[in-house]
Amino acid sequence: MTVEQIVSEGKDQFPIGMRVLAVDDDPTCLLLLGTLLRRCQYHVTTTSQAKTALKMLRENKNKFDLVISDVHMPDMDGFKLLEHVGLEMDLPVIMLSANGDTKLVMKGITHGACDYLLKPVRIEELQNIWQHVVRRKKKDRCNSGSKDKPHPDSGEDAGIGNVDNNGKLNKKRKDQNEDEDDERDENGHDNEDPSAQKKPRVVWSVELHRKFVAAVNQLGIDKAVPKKILELMNVEKLTRENVASHLQKFRLYLKRISCVANQQANMAAALGTADSAYLRMGSLNGLGNFHTLAGSDQLHNAAFRSFPPSGVLGRLNTPAGLGIRGLPSPGTIQLGHVQNSGNPTNDLSKLQSFVPGNHNTNILQGMPMSLELDRLQHNKSVGHIGELPTTDSTTVFPGSGSLVDARITGFSNNPLLGVTSNSLMLEGSSQQATSHTSVSAIGFQNGNALSDFTLIAPASNQLQDSKADSQGQASLINCNAGQIIRSAPQEWNAPRKDAPYQSHALINSSIPINSAMIQLGQCLDRNNSIFHRTTDLDSVGPLNFVDPLSIKQSEGDNYIMEPSVIEKEGYLMFQPRPHGSHVPDNTGSLKDLASAMMKQEDDLGCNGYSLRTSI
Amino acid sequence: MDVVNQLQRQFIDYSASLHREGFLDDQFTQLQKLQDDNSPDFVVEVASLFFEDCEKLINNMARALEQQQGVDFKQVDASVHQLKGSSSSIGAMRVKDVCIAFRSFCEAQNREGCLRCLQQVTHEYSLLKNKLQTLFRLQQQILAAGGSIPVVE
Repeated sequence: MTVEQIVSEGKDQFPIGMRVLAVDDDPTCLLLLGTLLRRCQYHVTTTSQAKTALKMLRENKNKFDLVISDVHMPDMDGFKLLEHVGLEMDLPVIMLSANGDTKLVMKGITHGACDYLLKPVRIEELQNIWQHVVRRKKKDRCNSGSKDKPHPDSGEDAGIGNVDNNGKLNKKRKDQNEDEDDERDENGHDNEDPSAQKKPRVVWSVELHRKFVAAVNQLGIDKAVPKKILELMNVEKLTRENVASHLQKFRLYLKRISCVANQQANMAAALGTADSAYLRMGSLNGLGNFHTLAGSDQLHNAAFRSFPPSGVLGRLNTPAGLGIRGLPSPGTIQLGHVQNSGNPTNDLSKLQSFVPGNHNTNILQGMPMSLELDRLQHNKSVGHIGELPTTDSTTVFPGSGSLVDARITGFSNNPLLGVTSNSLMLEGSSQQATSHTSVSAIGFQNGNALSDFTLIAPASNQLQDSKADSQGQASLINCNAGQIIRSAPQEWNAPRKDAPYQSHALINSSIPINSAMIQLGQCLDRNNSIFHRTTDLDSVGPLNFVDPLSIKQSEGDNYIMEPSVIEKEGYLMFQPRPHGSHVPDNTGSLKDLASAMMKQEDDLGCNGYSLRTSI
Repeated sequence: MDVVNQLQRQFIDYSASLHREGFLDDQFTQLQKLQDDNSPDFVVEVASLFFEDCEKLINNMARALEQQQGVDFKQVDASVHQLKGSSSSIGAMRVKDVCIAFRSFCEAQNREGCLRCLQQVTHEYSLLKNKLQTLFRLQQQILAAGGSIPVVE
């Protein structure tokens, strides 16, 4: 099969006529880019909106050969777009930016970009971009060719193994790429009809991905090999290659998360809490994502708008994935944790209840756990989606009080959070009707962060099983005592100009909390403050319900953090308090909440994972 | 045609001076090369877009910096970043250089510094706009007189 045959839909002058989609919010740059590309004789489509670009790509996956995208865009982060495209369409993506920081470039690579160009872009650079298309096609071909060969599945990274079996091209790629940055290697997608020249791509829908994650969890991340996963998934027309490449991506994602988790672990370690609950929580959090997402009606939508799910996580966290669909009633909190890297880091290991190695891989499935918290008051509490910063800092999300109006707080750009790679998925629970907010799981994918889904819903008083889905079940924790709120003063980096969200930080509200909790601290910023906050938590002592009212002044912030850990699937909640404020009712409620939760824990079935893994 | 030659020489000299003074850099030359029969007004088009964009960004920055209750430096930084990108794409070297300094003030959250940079950016932008308009006028005159635009290396 020649390249031309593969690429052309009647065109055999490749690279002439290669179909490029160019995305850049800056009109000057977009015009220039378009003109340059046309000068290279490509067939160019331009758009200034990332969302439009995605739409176009989704409409017809075979319409484009290559995507070039700016990194900084107002409606969607370039890295997120990159992940989406990589996961959904498997097209080569080239990043473009005026900023050539090594870190950013690295980020681009880890998110799967084939190339990273600096503005102003020159025509010479564009003249060679077609190579990325060729490379990918060749890889696809090779991989599909290997379909019939037995692969060494046992215990090794089959995804990569798959690639490894394929000759020099892949090898070369491996050499060129970083370890595991083999997003380009995914080729399984096109294997449904080996005889077709242009293979249809497999779309990893939410459902499919959920099954995948469930299968992986069932097998255990270390033992998850494509063949077995495929068997467990039992999906027609899905090939081992499809699974293998998806697994590869998945591991990449996990690895990314583990970096953050590592950070978290370190932090947690620093925090010095030996409390298992905390640790547990820590690990969950450590993974870096505490998200409380309570969606109030508007916010919910808004949140969704502003945080498009990114890539893997996004998909994991889709409503389906999170299994949060249709939260049964208001006040359900579903906690989904996404997490893990296949490689537990040293520090992380102790925290790793979730580490995939410990069979906590389910996290990625976004096992939703619903916690139902009692709403003590009909406050507007806000759930925040917090995202823990990825590599450098952990963000702690102080919970805000009532979950009633859980809102997703916007986060300003938090570079640590992996600005670009976060995807926050808010899944709106359908219950917006009541003043309770149903919280939907939020999948967060922070470039390096773990995504965590936490949903906080106004507490209702029941435990319910969240919709069990293949991934797990959500358990509702009935907390009569209070609300668990997590506010995440965190910068959501997804859209860079997430200014509106910043202001939302609902965290800002001091919500009167009767039973518990929490005032949302508003942290919209820097990692350090977040970091401080986290450390403060530490100083607060073990975060658990038992000592809900340790209030300490966070350094550098005006918050008093009062962590209350609700250890329910590693749900960490704590509330930052505005300086000097005091929540009088906390104690009682927190304690009640704590005990309620403790009790509930046993009742809750956690599918597939126990958060309490030994640390 | 004396007139044409004269105009062309003027054009060349003026272009060269713009480059010498740092208003324009090599990227602008690239833009000019992109202009051809298929897109005869390419440079003018890009320049106009740039001016529009620039004005919008400058306004955004001004507004953000005026906030008494607390400047959102992130927003300012985002605007500066964009301006940096577009100015470098068009070859507006001096504007781009100011943007670089501007960004460090943003990172340092130095309002005074930012305001100063904003002033500078505005100034450079106006200068550039005038100069480019002069250049484009010369181009038009050459074309009107039946000549062709010389390629300035």
